[in-house]
Amino acid sequence: MPEQGARVHMPRLARYVVRGLEYFTWPLELDDYLELISPLWSTTELRGRIERIHPETDDTVTVDITPGFRWRGHRAGQYLRIGFDIAGKRQWRAYSLSSDAARPDGQITITVKRTADGVVSNWLHGPQATGAIVTLGEVEGEFTLPESTPPRLLFLTAGSGITPVMAMLRGLRRAGELPDTVHLHSARTPTGAIFAAELQALAERDPRYHLELQVTGEQGRLSPADLDDRCPDWRERECYACGPGPMLDALSDHYRAAGLVDRLHVESFEHFVLGDRTGRGGQIRFIRAGTEVECDGVTPILLAGEAAGLDLPYGCRMGICHTCTGRLVEGSVRDLRTGELTHAGTEIRTCVNCPDGPVALEL
Amino acid sequence: MPSESMIESPLARLSPEEIEAIGAEFDAIHDEVFASLGDKDATYIRTVIALHRQLALLSRAILLGSRYRPAWLLGTSVLGIAKILENMEIGHNVLHGQWDWMADPKINSATWDWDTASPAEAWKHSHNYVHHTFTNIRGKDKDLGYEIMRIDPHQPWHPVYLLQPVYNLLLAAFFEWGVAVHDLDVEAIRAGTKDMDELRRQVRAIGHKAWRQVIKDYVAFPALSGPRGFKTTLTANFTANLIRNVWSYAIIFCGHFPDQTYTFSEEETAEETRGAFYLRQLLGAANIEGSPIFHVLSGNLGYQVEHHLFPDMPSSRYGQIAPKVKEICERHRLPYNTGRFSHQLGTVQRTILRLAFPGGRPAPKPGPYVPPSDDRVTAPLIAV
Ligand SMILES: Cc1cc2nc3c(=O)[nH]c(=O)nc-3n(C[C@H](O)[C@H](O)[C@H](O)COP(=O)(O)OP(=O)(O)OC[C@H]3O[C@@H](n4cnc5c(N)ncnc54)[C@H](O)[C@@H]3O)c2cc1C
Ligand code: FES
Repeated sequence: MPEQGARVHMPRLARYVVRGLEYFTWPLELDDYLELISPLWSTTELRGRIERIHPETDDTVTVDITPGFRWRGHRAGQYLRIGFDIAGKRQWRAYSLSSDAARPDGQITITVKRTADGVVSNWLHGPQATGAIVTLGEVEGEFTLPESTPPRLLFLTAGSGITPVMAMLRGLRRAGELPDTVHLHSARTPTGAIFAAELQALAERDPRYHLELQVTGEQGRLSPADLDDRCPDWRERECYACGPGPMLDALSDHYRAAGLVDRLHVESFEHFVLGDRTGRGGQIRFIRAGTEVECDGVTPILLAGEAAGLDLPYGCRMGICHTCTGRLVEGSVRDLRTGELTHAGTEIRTCVNCPDGPVALEL
Repeated sequence: MPSESMIESPLARLSPEEIEAIGAEFDAIHDEVFASLGDKDATYIRTVIALHRQLALLSRAILLGSRYRPAWLLGTSVLGIAKILENMEIGHNVLHGQWDWMADPKINSATWDWDTASPAEAWKHSHNYVHHTFTNIRGKDKDLGYEIMRIDPHQPWHPVYLLQPVYNLLLAAFFEWGVAVHDLDVEAIRAGTKDMDELRRQVRAIGHKAWRQVIKDYVAFPALSGPRGFKTTLTANFTANLIRNVWSYAIIFCGHFPDQTYTFSEEETAEETRGAFYLRQLLGAANIEGSPIFHVLSGNLGYQVEHHLFPDMPSSRYGQIAPKVKEICERHRLPYNTGRFSHQLGTVQRTILRLAFPGGRPAPKPGPYVPPSDDRVTAPLIAV
C-alpha cells in the first residue's frame, strides 16, 4: 500500500451522515463523489491546492497552499509530508512549513530550494505546479518553541534550514512576543540568502532581534567555536538550529561538551540523527512473512528484514511517513533516534526501531 | 477418452533459443511502455473513473422518475453502461495492479473494491494468480470452463454436461454470482482440501457484498424514488445488473474459449521458461476486434492477448502495443488470435453446445499470423 495522506477528523454527527450516505455510494465512498465537485472536500485524505508559487532567490521558491477543509493547523517549526503527482506518480517529500500558524487567509507555505536532479523541487520550479492538487500528510515534528516563549533565543540556520525558523519568527512577531533574539544565518552568497529582505527589515525595525549573515562563499563556514565571539551569551540562550548534517553534528558535540544538551534543539532535512542510542537487539519474527531474523542493537528492523530478502513496505526510511508500520505483537523495540522504548500492542515504525529482546511483528 | 495431444502446438517447432529470443522481444515491449508511463496515463484512468461516477449519478437521477417509461429506459441504459465501465475498464484493471505505479492509494489494487459480488481479495487470488499464471493448462487453470462446463474436448464427458446449454444462459445472466462462487474454489471444497476458516471468511465476505448490493440497488435507491417509483426503480436496477452481467460474460468467454485458442497439458508446461510462458499466453488467448468505444467498454479485454502477455500493464496501452505483438507473430510465424465479436462469441456458443454431448475434437487452428495489407505497423509505441 502506498503512503496515504492524513486522515480528516470529522465530527461524530457528520461521520454518521457520511456512513448513511455510503449505503448509496457503496462500494465507493462518499468522497469519491464529493471529489467531482472539489478535491479539497475529501473527508478521508487531506488535500491541498497550490495557489501561487513565487521566487525567493534564484534557486528557491515559496509555494502557497490552501489546505482542504478541516485542516487542523500546525505549530511554527513543524513539517508536513506532501504528496505531489508528478508524471502520473505520487512523490512524497517532507517540507518544513515556512508560514506561521495564524495566517488570516488560512494558507500555508513551504519554501523549497532546488536540488540538482531533484524530482519534486524542480517540478515546483516549473510551470505545471501552480493550481495542482497535492495530498497532505500528518503535521509532525518536535522542533517547536515551548508554550511560554524563552526570554532569550539563539537561532542558527544555514541555507534552506531557515524555513522552520522563519515560521517561528513570523509567529513571534504576529503575537508581539519576539524576545531578545540572536540569529546567525549562513548562505553561500549574499543574494542567495532566502528571506534576506524580510529578515533585514525585521532587524531594522525591532531592536530585540539581532541578525548576522555569514556569507560562507567569502567568509567560510561558521564553526561552533565561533559562538563565543559571535554570541558571547550563547550558554544562556535556548538554541534552535537547522542546516546541513555536519553543522548539526558539530553543534551537538559542542553543546554536549558544555553540558548544555537540553538547550539545543535541532531539525535535520537529511537523515535521522542516530545519536548513540542502541537497543539490545534480538530475534525478529515477521508473522505474515513467516520469517525469523536475527538483528543487532543498532540496525533498524526494516533493514534487518530486507537483508533477509523480505519485501517490506517503506517510504521515507527516516521515521516520518508511517508507511513502514507494522503491529508489534510481542516484545519491545527501541527508537534509535530518541532511545524511547515501545511495548507490544501498538503499531511501530520499522525504519527507526530496533528490537530490544525477541519481538514478533504483524508484517 | 480423447488422446492427450489432439493438435500440435506451434511451440513444438521452436527451439529453446528461439523461444527465449521471442521472450526477450516481449520483455522489451513491456519495459518500453513502463518507462514511458506518465501524466497522460494517469489522466486517462482518472478521467474514466470520473466518467463512471458522473454516469452513475446521472442514471440514478433519471431513475428517480423511473415510473415513466422513457426515464426507465434511459436511466437503465445509462446505469448499465456505468456498471460496465466500473467492472471492466476500472475494477478489473485496477485490481490487476495496472495503476499501482501511480502510488495513489485510492487507485490501487490493495484498496480497490468493485460493484460485483466477488470480494476483491478472493478474486485477486483466483484470477490474478491462478488463472493468469496457469492460463489454459488443463487441470490447473480453473477458469477453463469454470469447473462447471465442458469447454475443451480433452475434458472427460459426464451426463451433467447435457444441462450445460441451460446453465450457460443462467451463468450469463447472473455472472457476478457465478464468479463469486467460483472464487471460493469449489473443487477444493469438494475434495476437502480447502481451509475451513478461510472458506468461512470468504463466504462471509460474499455475504457482506451481497447484502450491500441488495440494500443499494433493491432498497435504498428504489426508496428514493418514492412509493410509486419503488418497483420500477428496482426493476431498472435489476435490469442494469443483468446487462452488466451478460456483457462481462460475453467478453470474458471470448477471451479463451474461441476455436482459435490452444490448451496445454501439465507435462507440456512442466519446466516452462519465461519465453515459453509468453508463448502460452499468446496461444491461449483470443482478441476481439472493435472500435475504441468497444475496447473501453470491454475493459480493453478485446486485447486479451496483450492483456495476458502483460497483465499489469495499463489497459490503455494495449491497443498501442498490438501492432508490435502482431509483428512478432508474423516474423516468427506464430498465430495471433483475433476476430469479430459476433464470430468469436458464435464459436464459443457452438463449442458449449457441441461439448454438452460426448466426443468432440479441437477446432482447426488458423496458423501463422498474416497481416491484412492495410494493417502495417505505423503507430509509434510511445504516443498515447
Ligand atoms: C523534516 C524535513 C524538512 C524539510 N524541509 C525542507 C524545506 O523546508 N525546504 C527544502 O527545500 N527542503 C526541505 N527538506 C528536503 C525535502 O524533503 C527534499 O528532500 C528536497 O526538496 C529534495 O527533493 P527532490 O524531490 O527535489 O529531490 P530527489 O528527487 O529526492 O533527489 C534529491 C537528490 O538526491 C539524488 N538522488 C535521488 N535518488 C537517489 C538515489 N536513489 N541514490 C542516490 N542519489 C539519489 C538526486 O540526484 C538529487 O540530487 C526537508 C526534509 C525533511 C526530512
Ligand atoms: S519508512 Fe517512513 S516512517 Fe518508516
